[in-house]
Amino acid sequence: MIELENVAYSYSGDALLTDVSLRLAPGAFHFLTGPSGSGKTTFLKLCYGALQASEGAVRVFGTDVAEMGRDDIAYARRRIGVVHQDCQFLDHLPVAENVALPLTVSGQATPEQAANLNELMTWVGLQGKFDALPPELSGGERQRAALARALILSPDVILADEPTGNVDWEMSQRLLRLLVELNKMGKTVMIATHDLALIRAAKSHVQARVLRIAGRTLQAAGADL
Amino acid sequence: MNRVMAIFRALVTSDRGADRVVPPSGFTVRLTLFTAGAMAFLTIFALALSLAAGRLATSWGEELARASTIRISAPEDQMLEQVTNVLVVLEQTPGVASARALTADEQRALLEPWFGPALPIEQLPVPQLIEVLETREGYDSDGLRLRLQAEAPGAVLDEHTRWRRPLVEAAARLRLLGWAAIGLLAAATGAMVTLAAHAALAANAQVIAVLRLVGATDGYIAQAFVRRYTLRTLTGAAVGTFAGILVLLFMPGAGEVEGLLTGLRLQGAQWLWTLLIPPLAAVVAYVATELAARRVLGALA
Repeated sequence: MIELENVAYSYSGDALLTDVSLRLAPGAFHFLTGPSGSGKTTFLKLCYGALQASEGAVRVFGTDVAEMGRDDIAYARRRIGVVHQDCQFLDHLPVAENVALPLTVSGQATPEQAANLNELMTWVGLQGKFDALPPELSGGERQRAALARALILSPDVILADEPTGNVDWEMSQRLLRLLVELNKMGKTVMIATHDLALIRAAKSHVQARVLRIAGRTLQAAGADL
Repeated sequence: MNRVMAIFRALVTSDRGADRVVPPSGFTVRLTLFTAGAMAFLTIFALALSLAAGRLATSWGEELARASTIRISAPEDQMLEQVTNVLVVLEQTPGVASARALTADEQRALLEPWFGPALPIEQLPVPQLIEVLETREGYDSDGLRLRLQAEAPGAVLDEHTRWRRPLVEAAARLRLLGWAAIGLLAAATGAMVTLAAHAALAANAQVIAVLRLVGATDGYIAQAFVRRYTLRTLTGAAVGTFAGILVLLFMPGAGEVEGLLTGLRLQGAQWLWTLLIPPLAAVVAYVATELAARRVLGALA
């Protein structure tokens, strides 16, 4: 699916990540942890081609990102659902249209997909929010809408960056259950979070590999996780 | 050709989704509409100026191309003899199709704009004019001058080409100036649309980031902006063109006196030229927005 090989990333001459290697296999569930500013978001952005590695190779669905054009990266992103902590939406469009945006931009907005949208909105608990505008949603609703948007094209990989950062414990558990359920459907999931309690809670539901970014490189997390 | 058809289809076929992803922008849209309208309005007049100058140049060229005048200034008792001599010389000159002395009424009509209708021309020492029409081959003007000098010392050959050529050249230059003005107006429209598109794209950096996140290609994002600005320009230009046509309709026609200011109103099929202005403005807007979008999207990548 996604493979990083001896990847380094520098910004303005400062090394943020060095010698990072990882293979996200189909159906795998990964947690990525580390303190704020350790490079979790950078790592995820490298995975979906939003950033280019300074050294090493990032291969997305078998193709080196360095050799991909912007359109190739756009097509690859249709197979990667991304959820950010600061879920960004098109604030002038209703939630349903925002969730359906991947369908719109990929030319797949059909009546059949409208049924899927309805089902998906219900699944994430936003059935009553079709016509609401994104600024009218609570933090948890925004996270769920972002998750629904990431899933609408039924992607192979889901990358979630602090998906529970803005929600209470109960909502974070609900979001986690959604992601675990998706993993059981065969999706590859990677969640970047500094919330260790979330990771501990997840381990009772799913067999997850926990990685930590420390000293600018990627390590297996300790036994406490 | 297929590419052009694809562009045309993309522009005229409403993609509701693509149209909606770009927020309804405020001032840039109004700016585009106003600029396109104003430029189209001005283009109408540049076009009218250019076409009127062209008509004038053609008219002067055709009317005066093969005509010249001989002016005879002689004492009253010698006038008739010199006129007769000149007409004989002209009859014998190869390249002269016809020649005739202007009547007193015709001469009075020529002087009327300056001296009024009650001019007693018979009592004034007005030179006698002889109108000469050339054949297509023309005559030898130097040879004719020498003969006139010998046969009628008071006769002066006035070739209209002497003053006609600069006028025709001036009219031709005016026509070029009109076309140059149209070119500049098109360039100014393109520049203004580029600025407006740049501003809109920069203001929508977050929208672009979201679209990229969900897998939108640069072509899709660019098209959303390009379609909007092209159609706005087309609308503005259509309104400006219509207003320009209305104003032109109220301008005086050429009538009997052919001139630049009196003949600014378009004639016949020339009105069809005005129909080209809105689509051409749309083409300019399409190219300008496409280039601006590609540039901004490249910078935001």
